[in-house]
Amino acid sequence: MNQKKEPLLQMEDISISFGGLKALNEVSLEVYPEEIMAIIGPNGAGKTTLLNIINGFYKPDEGRILFEGKDRTRMHPDHVAALGIARTFQNIALFRGMSVLDNIMMGRHLHMNAGFFSQGFFWGLGQKEEIKHREAVEWVIDWLEIENIRKSPAGMLPYGLQKRVELGRALAAEPKLLLLDEPTAGMNLEEKEDIARFILDANEELDYTIALIEHDMGVVMDICDRIVVLDFGNKIAEGPPDEIKANPKVIKAYLGEAED
Amino acid sequence: MTFFIEVTISGLLAGIMYSLVALGFVMIFKASGVFNFAQGAMVLFAALTFVRFLEMGMWVWAAFVVTLVAMIVLATAIEWIVLRPLVARPPIILFMATIGLSFFLEGFGQGIWDNQVHGLDCESVLGIPDIPAGWLMEKGLMISQFDLLAAAVAAVSVVLLVLFFQKTRTGRALRAVSDDHEASLSVGIPLRWIWGITWAIAGLIALVAGILWGTRLGVQYSLSMVVLKALPVIILGGFDSIPGAIIGGLIIGSAEKLGEVYLGDYVGGGIENFLPYLLAMVFLWFRPYGLFGREIIERV
Amino acid sequence: MIYRECGVFKPTYAKDMAIFPIPLDRWGIGVILFVAFIVVPVFPSGLWDKILPWSKDYCLSSIFVLFLIYSLATLGLNLLTGYAGQLSLGHAAFMAVGAYAGYNLSARLEWLPLPLVFLGAGLVTAAVGLLFGIPSLRIKGFYLAVATLAAQFTIEWVIAHVSWISGGSVLGTIDTPPMKILGRSIDTPLEKYLLTLFVVVVLTIFAKNIVRSKIGRAWMSIRDMDVASEIIGVSQFRYKLLAFAVSSFYAGVAGALIAFCYLGSVQINEFELLLSFWILGMCIIGGMGSILGSFLGAGFIVLLPIFINQVVRMTSGVMPSDFLSNLELMIFGGMIIFFLIVEPFGLARLWMTIKDKLRLWPFPY
Repeated sequence: MNQKKEPLLQMEDISISFGGLKALNEVSLEVYPEEIMAIIGPNGAGKTTLLNIINGFYKPDEGRILFEGKDRTRMHPDHVAALGIARTFQNIALFRGMSVLDNIMMGRHLHMNAGFFSQGFFWGLGQKEEIKHREAVEWVIDWLEIENIRKSPAGMLPYGLQKRVELGRALAAEPKLLLLDEPTAGMNLEEKEDIARFILDANEELDYTIALIEHDMGVVMDICDRIVVLDFGNKIAEGPPDEIKANPKVIKAYLGEAED
Repeated sequence: MTFFIEVTISGLLAGIMYSLVALGFVMIFKASGVFNFAQGAMVLFAALTFVRFLEMGMWVWAAFVVTLVAMIVLATAIEWIVLRPLVARPPIILFMATIGLSFFLEGFGQGIWDNQVHGLDCESVLGIPDIPAGWLMEKGLMISQFDLLAAAVAAVSVVLLVLFFQKTRTGRALRAVSDDHEASLSVGIPLRWIWGITWAIAGLIALVAGILWGTRLGVQYSLSMVVLKALPVIILGGFDSIPGAIIGGLIIGSAEKLGEVYLGDYVGGGIENFLPYLLAMVFLWFRPYGLFGREIIERV
Repeated sequence: MIYRECGVFKPTYAKDMAIFPIPLDRWGIGVILFVAFIVVPVFPSGLWDKILPWSKDYCLSSIFVLFLIYSLATLGLNLLTGYAGQLSLGHAAFMAVGAYAGYNLSARLEWLPLPLVFLGAGLVTAAVGLLFGIPSLRIKGFYLAVATLAAQFTIEWVIAHVSWISGGSVLGTIDTPPMKILGRSIDTPLEKYLLTLFVVVVLTIFAKNIVRSKIGRAWMSIRDMDVASEIIGVSQFRYKLLAFAVSSFYAGVAGALIAFCYLGSVQINEFELLLSFWILGMCIIGGMGSILGSFLGAGFIVLLPIFINQVVRMTSGVMPSDFLSNLELMIFGGMIIFFLIVEPFGLARLWMTIKDKLRLWPFPY
């Protein structure tokens, strides 16, 4: 059903090499509005590289990226963010010296427009905006149930909570496209269920479009609408979870050749 | 034309001496990832100690050895007291610690010995008078014998260091450590011992540099400022590259001299202080890691 | 419990974001400001001389004013290095720019009112800082530090050799023109002290607001993880340059204050590389990324030689000045190392830890 709409993000024949290694080879994919799409594949398949290219951190050697129909291939990362793309990172990129509240406020950065002097004297627009965005951030904090740690320095939180804060920062940006890089990595079963629930709620309640990289097949099968499979930089399969589960190419990529 | 050659050679010779100081930086950076701002203070400390021992009547070589021992003791103390507690911190913190160390050493060195200027006479100490070399004068070039000797000493030191790094087992271990601390540990390389050796070598370099520079400039506080000349060298050459330090030194040395002589008149003189930096800056813009430095690839 | 934080609830976000949310903090700052603005000027000189070994005028002109100026300079460096994470070793050069800009504005445009002289000095320095901040877009860490050294040397040379700036006399002293505000001249130690105090207080409030705002957060994000910060949408270009500009503004005003209110003259050798290191040291010892820390660090360094002097005099009479200056160097360097090892957030964090303890005192837990 989603396929009837225009894709939000289109990547066409993306290739990139690092040194002699071709990390991605003519990969094409689309992300449709209000879906949860998963990118899976064995380690080293190029998944994070793909995300990095979407963010503008790497520029592809070949290929195009279209966001909302417009060519965005060679954009600077901060401009890409301004388009409405938010991201969490594989190794948690929280700002350790700042509190949870400030970290999530960073998500509102692009929405804040007050000028330099207005902030320096904390009057007028500066003050109003600070309060207005604080409300938005508190809403996110509430939603993610992390009220009790809002003033803690982010660097001192346990791993699972850090990941949740990072999700909060991305959510606070109210993005058009949310990119999550292994959101459940390193978590125990309970934490995974929590995060999976949040991701699902973000999609169903808040109508966010989400593309995520994941290794936990259980999570992927449960919450995703569509799956794209990468292996050694190539896209080898695409489709709804049931199809992917049964796809022999995918099975081979993960488990190797069946022994006869 | 001969004047030009003279100036260039003079610059190159000075450049080798810059390279020597720069090598002290590169050594420590390669092995422990620390940019040791205190290198200049170490040069001063070594030179002061050496000179004072001489003045107390010691024989030249004895003074050299004793000072070397003192430098090794100092290096060990530094490693123990300053570096070890800061082992896990970001490099910028370590850098700032070496700034603090630099001040401490300056105060300490001058506190032990004194604040006076000490002359280090090249004739009596090293046996080479500071007069133009005869064989070059015949070709029309006026270059001091001492300068030639200093350059030769510096060049020999550089060659020895390179050989040490490339050919010996310890040298290999040092290179491994500079690449990846944890990996080296897992292979069994004794990290702290390696750091100790590195700082000791840096101390030796500081001593040689201190003697050479001290003879030229006199042993006094401003000697520690020679480190400021070495920084553009490292920028040009790359922070962790030995050939870079050498080539960078030569380039900076000659550019400085040539600039001073040929451009100085137009702009009012005194540019030898900031010309090397300006040069380094221009270079940095096009090659952010220097000629031979390793590029740091960021991963997300 | 003396220092209460719990039980202090904020019914609105606005109150929570107030500059000093805890009542005791508000009282404390109020008291300090009261003492600084009212008690000190009014305190009788005769009584002062009896309590302290130095006269009131000496304290005002040589200790307090210097402390305030260094605090301002350190505050500027803190914004750049402590908050935005861009290490700068050229801060003294920017102060020099401010001093000379202030001098030239005041001497050449005699009709310019004093506040505009200082403002102008700050703006000129901000522009210069912007220029020398451009390398930060390509390089980081040590390389950037060395680039700032380039700034230091280049600026020193330009000031010394461009006679239009230095008034033609490099080695000689150029006296600053006398100061006047609204027709009233400012030349007594007390008046200079009050002027400096006022400027510093205003700029400190401004800084405190900035660091808690979007700009401050953006800076800290660049400091903590610049790659992630960029991907989130923080323009590295804009915010790094802004940090250099603002930091240089503060340095410039501090430099102008040194010229007008402390030295009474402008000399290039007051702003040499060594000063850059002193200020960095104040930043580290006081606490990087802390407004309060800038003041604590500056206070520590200003009081250090006085303190050493007193202690040495009490214990062993007279000591050669060489010894004292070497001791100062050793303590300075040693303190930097000490703080980096033990408490990288400096005296400011130490103070917060004390406050933490006071929160529970006299109860054990």
